Amino acid sequence: MISIDGLHKYFDNLHVLQGIDLEVQKGEVLSVIGASGSGKSTFLYCINGIEPVQQGSVLVDGIDVHAKTTDLNKLRQRLGMVFQQWNSFPHLTAIQNVALAPQIVKKMSKSEAIEVAARQLEHVGLGDKFNVFPNALSGGQQQRLAIARALAMDPQYMLFDEATSALDPELVGEVLDTMRILAEEGMTMICVTHEMGFARDVSDRVAYFHEGIVEEIGSPEQIFNEPQSEQTKKFLAKVR
Amino acid sequence: MEQSVTVFSSFSVQDLSFLGEAALRTLWISFLSITIGSVLGGFFGWALYEMKVWGAIFLNPILDVFRSVPLIVQLVLFYNFAPIVGLNLDAFESGLVVLTLYTSALVANVARGGIEAVGKPMRITSRSLGMSYLQDMRYVVFPIGARAIFPSWVGVALGVMKDSALVSVLGYVELVKASQVLITRTQEPLLIILVVGAFYFALSYPVSRYSAKLEKRWSQ
Repeated sequence: MISIDGLHKYFDNLHVLQGIDLEVQKGEVLSVIGASGSGKSTFLYCINGIEPVQQGSVLVDGIDVHAKTTDLNKLRQRLGMVFQQWNSFPHLTAIQNVALAPQIVKKMSKSEAIEVAARQLEHVGLGDKFNVFPNALSGGQQQRLAIARALAMDPQYMLFDEATSALDPELVGEVLDTMRILAEEGMTMICVTHEMGFARDVSDRVAYFHEGIVEEIGSPEQIFNEPQSEQTKKFLAKVR
Repeated sequence: MEQSVTVFSSFSVQDLSFLGEAALRTLWISFLSITIGSVLGGFFGWALYEMKVWGAIFLNPILDVFRSVPLIVQLVLFYNFAPIVGLNLDAFESGLVVLTLYTSALVANVARGGIEAVGKPMRITSRSLGMSYLQDMRYVVFPIGARAIFPSWVGVALGVMKDSALVSVLGYVELVKASQVLITRTQEPLLIILVVGAFYFALSYPVSRYSAKLEKRWSQ
């Protein structure tokens, strides 16, 4: 379980997160929607400790992410993260991209790591691309590679930061399909997304972020069909 | 009766081996200073990148001195002033120290550029996979950055190899110094300078060919 309690985050004088309270249960898929600058991405960055916070706490399976004594490198193995930019390691082949972290972080043997990597590449539909370098892959394939790379660490949670925003429209589908498969397999996911269709179809809950607070949270049906807040209504009217 | 003392004698095969030895000395001092200077420069580059304020205040001005004062001036100054502070270095050692520092100053900026070229998002990605700072540096930043700056680094290395000619002013018998000796004796400057030029070319051509090959392989 991830529980976020009274989270405040400042960038200098900019109050980006203004008190977030949220709980994400095991197996749940939470989509986070909202306008640019509403703090969605920062929220994800605070969950795996990339960004420090000024107030409040994030507990991942009871471990305080922002406590000084927390071993972030160890904690991050529980939290797979996929970014808007896929950031494939350009000097490594697809399978080496995926096998690198298991090998050096989890200290797996090379053959073990390769085995895990092969399984995850198959998983995301890149079974025929083991020895291909990233620059020979399309954006969609590279993003799936990034998903496989995160999955290879055997995380308990997956955080997606606008995973399809940088893709050409025709490539969005294959990445969303991969994310759908993960959701069906019961992976706990927090997806910051602009894909309203995905948020509606795949999530268990949808949170609407507005100016650093959770303006509204509920089931996809409730958020999309009967939004309570004026802000949510305005936002949804714009993106539809 | 015509008898004269032979002051001058023409260029001979032995002279070629004399030049060959001198070429090896050029190679040796270049190899050492490029290797040590690159390691040192890599470290300085990292320091410039990580310690922006301290780097700008302390390290950068020092490196600037090495970059901007002509190498020949550095060599002469160091060779003459080192004994004052109790360092008794011969021509080779003095040349090595100065060339190494000079290389490191050039490499430092290149190396910082390499780290910058990797970019923050890439590094956040590797950290998000649970890699430590050092693992990120070793397995992600170094290989990506090194490939990015490789052409500039080869440029620096070839430059230093040629600049090592200046160590001749300290009396170290590398290619240029050897050629001066031979020119004085044979009075055939054109021929000898041509041969010396060929030696320099023979030293740098393989390096530049090999690096071009590596670059091609990496760009696949």
